[in-house]
Amino acid sequence: MTTATADASALRARQDKGRKTAQNREKWAQGRTYISAAVILIWCLAPAYWMVVTAFRDVGFTYDTSILPTHVTLDNFNTAFDTSFGNRFGQALLNSVFIGGVVTAISLLIGVFAAYALARLNFRGKFLVLGFILGASMFPGVALITPLFQLFTNIGWMGSYQALIIPNISFVLPLTVYTMTSFFREMPWELEESARVDGCTQGQAFRKVIMPLAAPAIFTTAILAFISSWNEFLIASQLSSDATQPVTVAIANFAGAQPNQIPYTAIMAAGTIVTIPLVILVLVFQRKIVAGLTAGAVK
Amino acid sequence: MATELGPTPVKKPASGGTPVHHAPKGVGEDNRIASQGRWASWLLAPTIVALGVVIIYPIISAIVMSFQKDAGLDPATGLFTAGGSAGIQNYVNWLAQQCSAPGGGTVACPPGTLGGQFWSATATTFFFTIVTVTLETVLGFWMAMIMARTFRGRSLVRAAVLVPWAIPTAVTAKLWFFIFAFEGIANKLFNTTILWTGSEWPAKWAVIIADVWKTTPFMALLILAGLQMIPAEVYEAAKVDGTTAWQRFRLITLPLVKPALMVAILFRTLDALRMFDLPYILTGGANNTTTLSILVINQIRQGFNSAAALSTITFIIIFLVAFIFVRFLGANVVEQSGATGKGKK
Repeated sequence: MTTATADASALRARQDKGRKTAQNREKWAQGRTYISAAVILIWCLAPAYWMVVTAFRDVGFTYDTSILPTHVTLDNFNTAFDTSFGNRFGQALLNSVFIGGVVTAISLLIGVFAAYALARLNFRGKFLVLGFILGASMFPGVALITPLFQLFTNIGWMGSYQALIIPNISFVLPLTVYTMTSFFREMPWELEESARVDGCTQGQAFRKVIMPLAAPAIFTTAILAFISSWNEFLIASQLSSDATQPVTVAIANFAGAQPNQIPYTAIMAAGTIVTIPLVILVLVFQRKIVAGLTAGAVK
Repeated sequence: MATELGPTPVKKPASGGTPVHHAPKGVGEDNRIASQGRWASWLLAPTIVALGVVIIYPIISAIVMSFQKDAGLDPATGLFTAGGSAGIQNYVNWLAQQCSAPGGGTVACPPGTLGGQFWSATATTFFFTIVTVTLETVLGFWMAMIMARTFRGRSLVRAAVLVPWAIPTAVTAKLWFFIFAFEGIANKLFNTTILWTGSEWPAKWAVIIADVWKTTPFMALLILAGLQMIPAEVYEAAKVDGTTAWQRFRLITLPLVKPALMVAILFRTLDALRMFDLPYILTGGANNTTTLSILVINQIRQGFNSAAALSTITFIIIFLVAFIFVRFLGANVVEQSGATGKGKK
């Protein structure tokens, strides 16, 4: 009798102890997760933060290393747009918007049809086409640049907008097609079936039912396409002129008042201007991806 | 690239690629496939034509050019020559690092000229590729494992990793150039006095650190997509069976995430092999940081046709690496593209 009670209480004590160690271990694991998350946050954000802090710092204190903003000024942003040292940052911003806009529009217009076919239709050679498009997106830019350099020199297109737009299509279009293909695969296609039962042709079903549903996916794809065109440097650095250069080239070649003095603060200001809209877009696009995949899903 | 290899343990959601057809198989089926084929070719035609113009034409053109002599002053006669067929001489010159000699024929390229840099550029390119992709895979895997856990502020972390990814590479290069400046924050922080872009190894590490910073998030997001396809019940069952965390990682996570991981590694490897922006802006290719892409760009203004030969060699190298990945390492790009293509820059 007493032995049995003793055994039972010992067992309970052991169970309690086990629960406590399990809880401790959980707490410890949770703590490690937060530490790791903090490390990731610092690693990802610190350099970007440093760019923004420097952008707002007086040029006389370029190498100030205090973590918080000091000697705050907006002068660097004026310097970034100043054209007296041969920089054309303002023009370059417009060029990037224009080139990115045209490339995105063309790629979406062409790519949406291909993505629909790849996601929805059964036909021979589908995997070949998909493979070709994926291969095209991995294509090294340098393999295009030499013949294009010669071709554009011969026909007098060097430094023109079309000389920058056409090569960009070579990597933005494949990206557009396969991003949209994967979106299209996850859309509620039963709706298309019902539209066809109701008497729509396949084309009508696409236009009237699928297009509105696909809008978030297309919007997300457009942002991705725009960003990849906006970030392009290799081709633009070779084929653009002072008048047509995009921001990436303008920032890479940013010159200061003296040839030996690098205008870091102004470059960081220019970098901040180029980056902030992108970061905002990306945060919006994050939400859109989720929306694009779940919106209007009919289960 | 379309070859399917190896078993893919994680199946995509049922909506896959096949359309939903409830009609019974019968006489109409052949007609339907035929008509879908016609539809498909019309829908695909604009993309194929556009890619033909912007990719196929330049490739063929580059290959044709690579067998031509560069126009220029003939070193033997001092007269301007228009080029003419070179056979495989351009390729031989690059691979053997030969330059045309003043008296005709070729000699070993003097140090410092572009012609003498082929093998060092190839070595640099592969060095960067192997080191950055390895670091990015390990770090990216770790980040993905953290982001897959549930904790408060997880969405903040997931948003934060997109920041380096969203910054244009040209800006990244300038940013790290400033961080690695002699009086910059890197030297202050670690109390060092390194001329980061001034000598070989610091310059290489500067490029590697900047590249890892910029592209690890992409890797992490691709791996995270793979991790999220593993059902939680599998882990629960394994826990009940009394496995250790390490066993669960090695026996469940790793094999199940492998298809997504391989594709992520393939994407990053091909991207790293064509690395250009970062070293070009950060170090200008000095101190042995010239990659193959930089070498091509530097060559263009000295002769289109040799540049075309070099770009063709670069293309072949990248193609071979992709082939090895798909053929021998089982990176199933087409099958995985739906799951992993979303975060590609």
